Amino acid sequence: MSTLTETPAPMRAGPAPRPWQLNRRQRTLLTIGLCLLALSAVLAGAWLIGDDGLATNLAARNQPPSLAHPFGTDWLGRDMLTRTLHGLSLSLGVGLLAAVVSAVIGAALGLLAATLGGAADAVITWVIDVFFSLPHLVLLIMIAFTVGGGTIGVIVAVALTHWTGLARIIRAEVLQLKSAHYVQLSARLGRGPLWVARHHMLPHLLPQFIVGLILLFPHAILHEAALSFIGIGLSPHLPAIGIILAEAMRYLATGSWWLALFPGLALLLAVTAFDVLGEQVRDVIEPKQSQG
Amino acid sequence: MLKGEGLGVRYGKQLPWLFQDLEVALEPGEMVGLTAPSGRGKTTLARVLAGYLRPTAGIVTIDGRPPPTTGYHPVQLIAQHPELAVNPRWRIGRVLAEGVPPAPAVLDALQIDRGWLQRWPHELSGGELQRIAVARALNPQTRYLMADEMTAMLDAATQAQIWHAVTVYAAAHRIGVLVISHDASLISRLCRRVEVLPEPPAICTAAQMDAEPGLRGGH
Repeated sequence: MSTLTETPAPMRAGPAPRPWQLNRRQRTLLTIGLCLLALSAVLAGAWLIGDDGLATNLAARNQPPSLAHPFGTDWLGRDMLTRTLHGLSLSLGVGLLAAVVSAVIGAALGLLAATLGGAADAVITWVIDVFFSLPHLVLLIMIAFTVGGGTIGVIVAVALTHWTGLARIIRAEVLQLKSAHYVQLSARLGRGPLWVARHHMLPHLLPQFIVGLILLFPHAILHEAALSFIGIGLSPHLPAIGIILAEAMRYLATGSWWLALFPGLALLLAVTAFDVLGEQVRDVIEPKQSQG
Repeated sequence: MLKGEGLGVRYGKQLPWLFQDLEVALEPGEMVGLTAPSGRGKTTLARVLAGYLRPTAGIVTIDGRPPPTTGYHPVQLIAQHPELAVNPRWRIGRVLAEGVPPAPAVLDALQIDRGWLQRWPHELSGGELQRIAVARALNPQTRYLMADEMTAMLDAATQAQIWHAVTVYAAAHRIGVLVISHDASLISRLCRRVEVLPEPPAICTAAQMDAEPGLRGGH
């Protein structure tokens, strides 16, 4: 055996790349696409399946999952698949609206705190600390109750309690940018403050805002479900996920396990899809991670 | 002439003066060395002269007038860390064009490869990036250059190359250069006149240390 004439093993970082294997960027984009597809499937599904399954059909009460009713039926004979899809799309809508309002509040207050400084900064930071120090659910219940409950109550409560994290991030980001050498240098190169804000600050802040917004969705949706579950959220005749779960609790003891399991799993999957979406979008937007 | 009259800086009402009653003058086309032990305020002085920091006392003038507050600042500062002086989200070409786009001759003198213009800042080495920062400052609107440890972290060859380009350009366009460095041999090579920042006028007293808890920890 002659070790000298053996061809050296080629230098490789990992296993040999195969033609069907995707690089990290492609995998990330594929994950984003799948998450978006799953979430739009929920919305499209609710629309495609129609309202027929929501009608009471006492002939088909308390049926376990079957081909005709994949998620089973409830004690009024309503199709659980239809109810779950409608509930999820309603929850997504409410969560989306609340998260957008919340993100806009957060971004605005964060920007104000960082640019005005002094007393304005102190007041806004203090309000953020107050919101952080109160238990989230207690605050949600209080606000939803004060506004009078219902859909409006849920949206207001979620929007008013979820802006603090994003406000903190935006404030810190702007403060850091303001003191960055290249931002200060830009003014010495003759650029005005608006130009600096548009060309130096915005490209840094926008990704933070978008990622913060996407990562707000799961919180908003879960808290909407939680408020509806304890009965001060969406009104009981709407097929919201929280209401479905609350009703299912009463029938669990009688063996109707499918009433809670499938809607619960669907909620979990939807929330996870948003979470993964946010993480992957962050990986794509951050230049250090996307180009490094 | 770039002049600083009665300059004094301190970073807080309770804190001691970093320097006080300082007189600085820099003629067009002159290269002056500035040296002092760490912590005397060399960088602070450069930031004051380049308009980044308003002095606590005294004024900076150019030919008897205060420098413009908007538009291109005739005094440009080049710091030690070029990676902090460029936006990480901009390509090099855009970074160079932000102020007055540098002449091709300047890029050639600094041996800036045209291929770099398409790259991102993190794809260039420290020396390459510093050449970009220098090229950005070498244009007809710059009249004084504050070179704050401009080549301290570069190898000897790159250091010599950058300084050669800067001295040739400064001599041709009568740019006054303040060379701030700990490197005595570099300063003696470049400058006829060398200034040393004086020792701070006031030494911290025990009472001041107690008044400002941050002082005990130091920097």
